[in-house]
Amino acid sequence: MPTYVNPEKCDGCKALDKPACQYICPSDIMHLDKSIGKSFNIEPDLCWECYACVKTCPQSAIAMRGYGDVVPMGASLTPLRGTDSIMWTVKFRNGQMKRFKYPIRTTSWGSIEPFSGFEEPDPEELKTGGLCGQEQFLGVPDLPTIPSA
Amino acid sequence: MTRPEVEVVECDVLILGGGMAGCGAAYEAAYWAKPKNLKVVLVEKGAIERSGAVAMGLSAINCYMGMKWGENQPEDFVRYVRQDLMGLSREDLVYDIARNVDSTVHMFEDWGLPFFKEADGRYKREGRWQVMIHGESYKPIVAEAAKKAVGEDNIYERIFVSHLLNDAKDPGRIAGAVGFSVREPKIYVFKAKTVISAAGGATGVFRPHAIGEGLGRIWYAPWNTGSAYKLMIMAGAEMSQFEHRLVVARFKDGYGPVGMWFLLFKAVLKNAYGELVESKWADLLKEWEPYGSGKPIPTPLRNHQMLRDMMEGKGPHYLRTDEALQKMFADVQHDKKKVREIESDAWEDFLDMTMSQALLWASENIDPAKTPSEVVLTEPYLMGSHASATGAWVSGPEDIAPSEYFWGYNRMTTVRGLFAAGDGVSGSAHKFSSGSYTEGRSAGKAAVAYVYDNPDDPNIDSDRVEDIKNELWRPFSVVDDAKGTSTGDVNPNYVAPKQALHRLQKIMDEYAAGQSAFFITNEPTLLRGLELMELFRQDLHKMAAENLHDLLRCWEVWDRFWCAQTHMQHLLYRQETRWPGYYYRGDYPELDEENWKCFANSRYDAEQNEWTMSKKPYIQVVP
Repeated sequence: MPTYVNPEKCDGCKALDKPACQYICPSDIMHLDKSIGKSFNIEPDLCWECYACVKTCPQSAIAMRGYGDVVPMGASLTPLRGTDSIMWTVKFRNGQMKRFKYPIRTTSWGSIEPFSGFEEPDPEELKTGGLCGQEQFLGVPDLPTIPSA
Repeated sequence: MTRPEVEVVECDVLILGGGMAGCGAAYEAAYWAKPKNLKVVLVEKGAIERSGAVAMGLSAINCYMGMKWGENQPEDFVRYVRQDLMGLSREDLVYDIARNVDSTVHMFEDWGLPFFKEADGRYKREGRWQVMIHGESYKPIVAEAAKKAVGEDNIYERIFVSHLLNDAKDPGRIAGAVGFSVREPKIYVFKAKTVISAAGGATGVFRPHAIGEGLGRIWYAPWNTGSAYKLMIMAGAEMSQFEHRLVVARFKDGYGPVGMWFLLFKAVLKNAYGELVESKWADLLKEWEPYGSGKPIPTPLRNHQMLRDMMEGKGPHYLRTDEALQKMFADVQHDKKKVREIESDAWEDFLDMTMSQALLWASENIDPAKTPSEVVLTEPYLMGSHASATGAWVSGPEDIAPSEYFWGYNRMTTVRGLFAAGDGVSGSAHKFSSGSYTEGRSAGKAAVAYVYDNPDDPNIDSDRVEDIKNELWRPFSVVDDAKGTSTGDVNPNYVAPKQALHRLQKIMDEYAAGQSAFFITNEPTLLRGLELMELFRQDLHKMAAENLHDLLRCWEVWDRFWCAQTHMQHLLYRQETRWPGYYYRGDYPELDEENWKCFANSRYDAEQNEWTMSKKPYIQVVP
């Protein structure tokens, strides 16, 4: 299901320093067509349908169309991703609809404090097998070692 | 294309790849780097918020012990991995991941990753090692922690790293890496005391099921081009189990996950005539003792049963989602709310991690409660994190590795100062997302320890850097030189990277035990394939690029080429069939415990263009 862009909705992310889809695409296939100021998929056969661009597009201008060599036409799958949940709308080829909503994060975005509450690193511990924050997160008092044969 | 400008970046720890392993390495290295204020830099060809194999999300964490609940101990996990890998694992590495992985998973929950929970607070189990998550934002959450740990200024995105630099005065030591921006004409030279190769396993080496517009709809991420391996192979690091590969049974065409259906929903695989594949072919397993009678049945042996049934002409094969769901609906007395919950969980498995499979169901009007879905075997992937163990030969941890497996620093390769993690490490299968992150953390910590012990600056060979710069930009000059020699896209002087990719996939599929060859090869077939690969290698210097995106694709083909070449050398070397269902040596069709219960290792000498193959002992570490 390579992505395609609705030209009526896409504004090329003029308000941002680069188009959101181009920034996020892991396959580097969402590019800006500078002549018309709108994004497009430059290499549909290397699209994984990961939906990263669809979810991030501020104009909801990007959708999927089933691969031409594989997928029967007429269905659609549309996400609406908020800060703590995502809503999926599934439209079947025969017109049937289903909706699902799932949580995506239990804390607010940007709230992670990487080493909060950890002891200061002790260089003497550098060659032991344990990792930082073990006391807080491992769940057992000591790092296990191999039981003797 | 204009000549590139060059930026030099100096750092102590250089992490290549910002997927799960790379983010884990960045996080842990940043912590231990604090007392000496060491500089940790992470380089990624995409944007780390959505990069690597977990970019799309995941519906489960497949490596979690649950030690705090007394559910499993690390040694239980080692025994499971040993059985699934038909005897051959680096048990020191597997154990090391298992003993640390719970802390990683608990930390993910603390950061905000939502888990399915039981009433007593335990994570909901999908299987013995798997826990269920609402993982749509798994990667953005992990990326946020990495960015905060090392600082956004130390994260370099949209840079494709193509070469490692060995030290000019001491070639057995690492000195940095070179890459190019895919956004502007710019080459980066990273000068580093240590490098961690965490840039992912290799997809697209073999021809997939769809080769038109659906070329990219493969099971593992198409942007995982084997950078982790190519970089280490060309730097002279020893690789191990590179004959190993992953072939898995997945929902047809969407490559959707089956784990939840098999493990949690207890769905079964039947052929078109209603026969249960596993019980019908139970006797086949007796040919693969002692692993055939072990439990659970190893992944390759399950493939082997399915393949035999296919070759008997009993397909299509169906995962009976209809039977499984109807039984679950009956178990809850068709209570509408509970039926709706079951249906929601079933769809979430796809919507969290393989949306295409959900769209495929919708496009064929499939209701999984009424209609079963086809299952097929994928094409092979080269990777070290799933039921597969391809990668670099690395040192184990100081406190548990036998002396044969230890040379100073946990996860260090045979090139001093060069570390590996995630798909990059051989012999530690079944680490999945959480284990890859954990292995990255161990590598990050050990890399810092290395810098403490080896604080002297590396020596960069400026002639070598100059050569690499010219090599990197060659696909542009290939096009410039051929200007005016043809109309249209066909030109006798160059080849487009997409056509080169197709050519590689065709050779590998036909000669290196791909799916169209029913995963079978032999010595004459491999030797013929290697002849074609040598011609291919020469032609790759004629790949053409008209823009930076093309250039990225050219260098990704080189990644895949070197992975494929190494894979073929290893297939040729191991004279037995150890993993039927992954591949078969037609000339050595049986398991040979006496001669081949050992690791097969290789080292490539780039200057001589020569391979050295060797056997390394398997040592049982866990009783």
